[in-house]
Amino acid sequence: MFSQCADPSTLSGFNWMLCYLTSGKHLLFYYSFGTVLILLAVTAPVALGFGFMGAIAARSHSRALSLLGKAYMLMVRGIPDIIFFMFFVIALDQAFETGLHYIRCPDWTEPIRTGLEFKVCPEAKIPPNSAPQIFHQIYGFALAVVTFAIVFGAFTANVLYGAMNAVPRAQLETAEAYGLSNRQVFRRILVPQMWVYALPGLSNLWLILIKATPLLFLLGVNDIVYWAQELGGSKTDSYAYPHDDWRLWYFLFLLAFYLAFTRVSEIVLGRLTARLSHGQATMAGEAMRKAAA
Amino acid sequence: MKKLMLATALVALSGMAASAQDTVRIATEGLYPPYNLVNDAGKLDGFEVDLGTEICKRAALTCEFVQNDWDSMMPNLNSGNFDVIMAGMSITEERKADRLFTQNYYPPATSYYVAASADVDLKAGVVAAQTATIQASHVAESGAQLLEFKTPDETVAAVRNGEADAVLADSEFLDPVVAQSNGELQIVDKVQLGGGVGAAFRQSDTELAGKFDKAIGEMKADGSLNELITKWFKDKAVLF
Repeated sequence: MFSQCADPSTLSGFNWMLCYLTSGKHLLFYYSFGTVLILLAVTAPVALGFGFMGAIAARSHSRALSLLGKAYMLMVRGIPDIIFFMFFVIALDQAFETGLHYIRCPDWTEPIRTGLEFKVCPEAKIPPNSAPQIFHQIYGFALAVVTFAIVFGAFTANVLYGAMNAVPRAQLETAEAYGLSNRQVFRRILVPQMWVYALPGLSNLWLILIKATPLLFLLGVNDIVYWAQELGGSKTDSYAYPHDDWRLWYFLFLLAFYLAFTRVSEIVLGRLTARLSHGQATMAGEAMRKAAA
Repeated sequence: MKKLMLATALVALSGMAASAQDTVRIATEGLYPPYNLVNDAGKLDGFEVDLGTEICKRAALTCEFVQNDWDSMMPNLNSGNFDVIMAGMSITEERKADRLFTQNYYPPATSYYVAASADVDLKAGVVAAQTATIQASHVAESGAQLLEFKTPDETVAAVRNGEADAVLADSEFLDPVVAQSNGELQIVDKVQLGGGVGAAFRQSDTELAGKFDKAIGEMKADGSLNELITKWFKDKAVLF
């Protein structure tokens, strides 16, 4: 980055540190914070969508749909994360490629599976082998988002399902007495009121999601914990900047990052709770009403 | 709608440059210097990266190195996410059962037991090794208590902080570690394991494996392999 960094072996003290902390590897470390933030920004709404659909399905009057919703919640919550992240992603990738294989190579005669091997025609590979590595990384990242969303969607579905059931029955009955249809009751009464009940559960999930991002490395995405471990590990002179085991410092830095991030989240979630409690038939809502009066 | 967009994106992604010559994707771990490492510019580097590049040049292949976690190497190879593993993988009979190896490109190497003091009990103590390596199975068979770690660096750290009595790993990896530990660590025992390091392929990929094997053979014959080994392993190099 800086011109004086061309030959690290001649450096010492402050200059060495400056060059060390701006090496290409460190820049990748700093970028990986962005990767994690993007992952969170994309995953959270998608997981909320999955959860919302799951909760609606579980509450459905149709028996099949209700079973489907409940099975989704039960199964995904019951399977250990590590299994999900090791095998589900490969299975998902293979499912896409198998589908594409039948569309693009109908004349292909060799079997797709032989023993442990999975082989589709080259045209069905996603992305193709010849694509630049960046596309492989984007694809891997997309798979990661989908997997995170499915896992956290199941937990969200359970939270929202509980929250929907927690809205006082009297509220819904009043709406029905006014002649609102089932759909209207759901949209105008149930959903606006359920958030305040869902929020404690959702905020838990959000904090767990923040801490779960190191699972990214299992999916081949180099996240902040991977880089902290890689950069902090003791380096012999195969590297340009040899040093001892500095993992403690890197992990302390991550600790500060995670603490700051969760603290900010808590503040935002606290404000959201206050806002959503306003005018609600809950204890918090009642307390706010009395304080104002 | 979302599904449709996803499908379109996938098709677009997979359609790109499909006509260009197929790239051979070589996976490595990037955590095992000097075999493979991520250099300070953030790029994959090391003996195997240099060697792989040279092999591809000789076999007229377009190659790309990718980084992959050691644990998920085999599932990803079989799933076709990459085509070759060059990650300091020792050739053993057990491994030959589910993958295809080239001839070795690094001679059967010595593994070192490294510990903080000379009087550790290697038969009954706690010995650290990397998961799913020949060293790990050797420790398990030796009767010592095996402590597994995901990365080589963590195995050494375990000895430094007293979690393990000793670490068993390739001598090439441990030599510089011991030399630069200011006398804190020392070599207490040596064992010969495996049949050298080779590149691994899917069992059905005999053609590609043949090309690699041929190039390695040529490089052994004209001495260029020895040159590469000397470049990366310096004075500790074991030559053919």
